[in-house]
Amino acid sequence: MVTIIRPKKIISFEDFKEIWQYRELLFFFAWRDLKVRYKQTAIGVAWALFQPFFTMVVFSVFFGGLIKIPTDGIPYPIFVFVGLLIWQFFSTSLTDASNSLIVNQSIVTKVYFPRLLLPISTILVKFVDFFIASIILVGLMIYYQYIPNLSGLLILPLLLIISFFAALGGGLILASINVKYRDVRYALPFFIQILMFLTPVIYPPSIAGKYAWILSINPMTGVIKAARSALLGGAPINWELLGISGVACFILLIVGFIYFKKTERYFADII
Amino acid sequence: MPVIEANNIGKKYNINHRQGGYITLRDVLTNVFSNPFKFLKQKVKTVAGLTKNEEFWALKDISFNVEKGEVIGIIGRNGAGKSTLLKILSQITPPTTGEIKINGRVGSLLEVGTGFHPELSGRENIFLNGAILGMKKSEIVKKFDEIVEFAGIEKFLDTPVKYYSSGMYVRLAFSVAAHMEPDVLIIDEVLAVGDADFQKKCLGKMDEITKKEGRTILFVSHNMEAIKQLCKRCILLDKGEVKMIGETKEIVENYLNVSSIQQVFTPIKIKEIDAVVTKIVINESESGRVFPGKPMKIDIEIEAEHEVDNIGIQIMISHDDTSGCVFVTNTNTIKGLDFIIKTGSNHFVCFINSFNLCSGRYRFGFAIDIPFVKLYYYDTNLFSFDVLETIFENSKLPTLPIYGHVYLDHNWQ
Repeated sequence: MVTIIRPKKIISFEDFKEIWQYRELLFFFAWRDLKVRYKQTAIGVAWALFQPFFTMVVFSVFFGGLIKIPTDGIPYPIFVFVGLLIWQFFSTSLTDASNSLIVNQSIVTKVYFPRLLLPISTILVKFVDFFIASIILVGLMIYYQYIPNLSGLLILPLLLIISFFAALGGGLILASINVKYRDVRYALPFFIQILMFLTPVIYPPSIAGKYAWILSINPMTGVIKAARSALLGGAPINWELLGISGVACFILLIVGFIYFKKTERYFADII
Repeated sequence: MPVIEANNIGKKYNINHRQGGYITLRDVLTNVFSNPFKFLKQKVKTVAGLTKNEEFWALKDISFNVEKGEVIGIIGRNGAGKSTLLKILSQITPPTTGEIKINGRVGSLLEVGTGFHPELSGRENIFLNGAILGMKKSEIVKKFDEIVEFAGIEKFLDTPVKYYSSGMYVRLAFSVAAHMEPDVLIIDEVLAVGDADFQKKCLGKMDEITKKEGRTILFVSHNMEAIKQLCKRCILLDKGEVKMIGETKEIVENYLNVSSIQQVFTPIKIKEIDAVVTKIVINESESGRVFPGKPMKIDIEIEAEHEVDNIGIQIMISHDDTSGCVFVTNTNTIKGLDFIIKTGSNHFVCFINSFNLCSGRYRFGFAIDIPFVKLYYYDTNLFSFDVLETIFENSKLPTLPIYGHVYLDHNWQ
């Protein structure tokens, strides 16, 4: 195994091979984050259920009960929960991925491993959270007696993948910038809050009337709409919109990957 | 076919200089409000990378080859570029110029306990640390018992590492790292931690690694004894450039020769008594060498404008690794000595008949006082001097600190 170290680096197929070689470390990082999270807590993993559940309850009371946002006949709790589930996955993945490098500052400056492992490992943890929270979704669907059709279920992995692309692509760009300008760390939570209101999480896109198309610029809109269609019936899946979202997220991923790779080598110097 | 081929390696850093004194938040705020456009323009220029930064070449034109199975030491003063070179070899930072070819898997030990998480138990951290260092999970599982035994923490394997004592922590960290099996091992001064017992164990383990397994090792250290014990060849770095590459013995001597210039002494003005200490010289020359068990002569010259009596001249010797002085002598505490500082030139000499401390780096301290009444001058760290290794006539061992810090004249019957 010959390694050549040079000032300039060209992105090549070798980079993907390397990530495969280091795949064990990827899982170790995810394992570490999961283990540490619930150390010295009394109720441990139960926290992963509480947060989405109570958010749904609070939103249902205010937006569903008091403000009465129209949801095409679907009960508000389950309507909002589908949106929340996907949104939580996307937003927490984006935030954690952006911070992954500076949080692991100490090992970035001392050991070599492909830095890509860090943002990806944080998103792996979010997948776990997603699956735990979806237990609540199953509970809700049983309660409200919704049975999704098979094609609906099959589409879910695709939706997850598109969200993953979006979160990873954005996360890679933000993580690279965050290394040099810590402003990202402070600005991001604020932007994510705003972004949540620009995505049809707590409301259906139809509420914007003739401006609904503006919402469609947000790739997550397509994903969440499709998730609701697949699981809860109602409007049929808008394949065109979903296709555009998918392509947009994939492009974001490519851009993120290239930007990250170009700046990766200097992380240890400026972190 | 060399295992490592380095050609013309250089590393440049850009140093930011503060523009126009924006040092305190108050300054920044007043500047922002008094002239917002200038402030903005400056900020934009900085972010866009258009400001001129000073260049600092940490490494310049480094070239060397390392053959398989060699143990090479990399030595040099602080700031010579040793750690930077190791970082480049470990691919943590890219070189600005040059190219390196490495034939084999590289493992770097730049710090003990890399990646240790305080909340995880010893057991969990062994896996985590091992994985970060590049070991496969199957490898770690295979070596697990060995690692625990070497570290001696079997009883505490399942307690979170944050409850470990610093000694336990360091032992565990080193133990994991010691069981790495890369083709090329790069170690940066990690033996500087831990107690003497532990250091001995580490040196022993490193010895075993190099001799038994024929691994290629690059070793950075300030501990000349360890370097001499483990490395056949050395690279001497000075201010970012390769000064010399060659046999360890030669290089170490060269290095110590250069560094004992630390004895160079700038005159000390002592205002209160209108005197200047013009010279302090050890063993009669600026590069005077001190050897364990041999005499040591300290010459002190003081120029005074007027007489000062009831004075104590004090010499303090401390070891670089310990706090507190190892040896203190004050003229005023010795019966029969009534030193005074005369007007004009004064010359005091202290003869240590036998410097019974082991080789290593020591600090020379000096003080002038009226004992128990007043301190005119006091500095425990005036300059450093190296005590070089020797082998006493009736001893088979060199005077290294791992064989005891003090040499007491003794006899067996």
